[in-house]
Amino acid sequence: MAVDTKLPYEEQYISEYSQKRNEPEWFRNIRLNAFRQSEDLPMAKANKTRIIDWNFTNFKHDVAGEPIQSYDTLPEQIRVLLGDESEAENKNLIIVRNNDVAYANLSQDLKDNGVIFEDIFTALNEHGDLVQKYFMTDGVAVDENKLTARHAALLNSGIFLYVPKNVVIKDPVQVVFWQEDDEAAVFNHVLLVAEENSEVTYVENYYSANANKESVANLVSEVFAHANAKVSYGGVDNFAAGTTTYVNRRGVADRDAQIEWALGQMNDGNTISENTTHLKGDNSICNAKSVSVGRGKQKQNFTARIVNWGKDSDGYILQHGVMKDQSSSIFDGIGKIEHGATRANAEQESRVLMLDEGARGDANPILLIDEDDVTAGHAASVGRVDPLQLYYLMSRGISQQEAERLVIHGFLDPVVREIPIETVQKQLKAVIEGKVN
Amino acid sequence: MAGSTLEIKDLHVEIEGKEILKGVNLTINGGEFHAVMGPNGTGKSTLASAIMGHPKYEVTKGSVLLDGEDVLEMEVDERAQAGLFLAMQYPSEISGVTNSDFLRSSINSRREEGDEIPLMQFIKKMDENLDYLEIDKDMAQRYLNDGFSGGEKKRNEILQLMMLEPAIAILDEIDSGLDIDALKVVSKGINKMRKDDFGCLIITHYQRLLNYITPDQVHVMMQGRIVKSGGPELAQRLEAEGYEWIKEELGIEDETVGQ
Repeated sequence: MAVDTKLPYEEQYISEYSQKRNEPEWFRNIRLNAFRQSEDLPMAKANKTRIIDWNFTNFKHDVAGEPIQSYDTLPEQIRVLLGDESEAENKNLIIVRNNDVAYANLSQDLKDNGVIFEDIFTALNEHGDLVQKYFMTDGVAVDENKLTARHAALLNSGIFLYVPKNVVIKDPVQVVFWQEDDEAAVFNHVLLVAEENSEVTYVENYYSANANKESVANLVSEVFAHANAKVSYGGVDNFAAGTTTYVNRRGVADRDAQIEWALGQMNDGNTISENTTHLKGDNSICNAKSVSVGRGKQKQNFTARIVNWGKDSDGYILQHGVMKDQSSSIFDGIGKIEHGATRANAEQESRVLMLDEGARGDANPILLIDEDDVTAGHAASVGRVDPLQLYYLMSRGISQQEAERLVIHGFLDPVVREIPIETVQKQLKAVIEGKVN
Repeated sequence: MAGSTLEIKDLHVEIEGKEILKGVNLTINGGEFHAVMGPNGTGKSTLASAIMGHPKYEVTKGSVLLDGEDVLEMEVDERAQAGLFLAMQYPSEISGVTNSDFLRSSINSRREEGDEIPLMQFIKKMDENLDYLEIDKDMAQRYLNDGFSGGEKKRNEILQLMMLEPAIAILDEIDSGLDIDALKVVSKGINKMRKDDFGCLIITHYQRLLNYITPDQVHVMMQGRIVKSGGPELAQRLEAEGYEWIKEELGIEDETVGQ
């Protein structure tokens, strides 16, 4: 095996990096323990996907980013995520450029209500207790696998979003992660805590343009929706072909809480994506919706999992993927109902459309049920474009390329139109358009 | 010059290695309505599909010319852009693509880039045609043929015909599965198209459609060929007497192609 699987870093580097970021000791210790564990832990699991030759070790870890001087200096691909200038100025928005915050805005109104929206290094100093309570404790564990441990050890970016009890935030809170440097890695951690009866919509965008240079994205999000809270979490991942991505988005919902995932998994590079939600509380709800377009030679592995613990909890997974060129993807949908989750419901639907001869897709619906009084269902399909559909469209004068474009949009639209966040819908349409042409 | 001319000469067509059309000759000029009739399994729909370029049909001999241009050399979309239209017997269902988006793309495919149909003009034309065909306005925003009833699909084919205004249209069993009211509406739409620069080939095995649309010429197809041609009175005789007399006259025992 030609690929080096060991990190080219030493404990001393991690310690120094932590000091440079001015971190509290407890956090430095998490890093160092994670680093020691990472060597022996098994690799992240990617069912039916050969990841042995993927790049997880070649990247630049510490790359500074300049503050953003004006809207006009942003590349088009970032501006499309923000809307026009006046729209962008009014947003509760953080832009992370390489590994530094380059722009940050939070409305006075939200500040007055106690909302915290800041980078994780600031949060470690200003709200250390809160971060310590939630960081890789009840969500994603450091020692789940080699990549979660590396994440904790090398974390170089992060967002802390805290919504106090009874606070309802109407407009989306957005973060753009812009990997301007083609080799800059992002070990980004999103910690989102929604206290009782609160509501928030969070939207994140990852963007890089490194088609030819290698890098790594290792992303962990932990979302805690406390009793009767509602969290809408939208994400559009758009790393270029050079980035190998591991992304683990995890939710925990308490009693009567609701977590809505709306994910556009639009990377051009190899990707392992896991999205798991634990419906801990009675009556909690999760909708996990995602769309994906694969192209080139990329390989991707997607797991969407909802675990029902609470009585009357309700989980629904919906994922649609289009595979072009020689891309291949595995879509695992896992509905798990634990013993005692009476009257729980686990539904899922996964559909894959393969456009080209060399494209491959696989949808695996999995239901694991340890309780009698439940309802569950699954639908899965993997198919190729129907040549008669293309013939029909072309018989009206539409070119083959345009016909394929319509079929792809059409295949993804039932998911896109169900996404509860309008900004994400718009962004997704734009990104899909870019990938289809 | 009034309209276009579609010339079909000695057309032979195979599907999966089996010959279905065995030398069809037919010329349609702008302003003319032709009906091709015949029992099931005689090659009528194959003729329609082969002209439009259905991927399963292979032309092994003969030619199809539109105003002298070789249609068989064209891709399916180019055939449409050149002025051909086929109302299909079994239109595809395409989920996620609205009727309205589909029709706009179709119209714009005939226009130069930068000269797309203005949205308001499109909506006005769409509304007029929806009204004319007594179709619910909702259909513009429904997914293309997705979950449509048989009758809705046929009306939608005629809606497309009226929106796209081709030079030559082929209607493949547009009457099948329609009740009498729907048949009248569909016929009304087709008749509205009648003008000097529009030619039409109507494929049917029932005469009843021709009670509402009077063809200039009627052709009978058997064994993959046109075996008899005449005026509208031929269709009436077929309605009254069936096809047996033609078989007897021509000494045909089995009118179908192969099994």
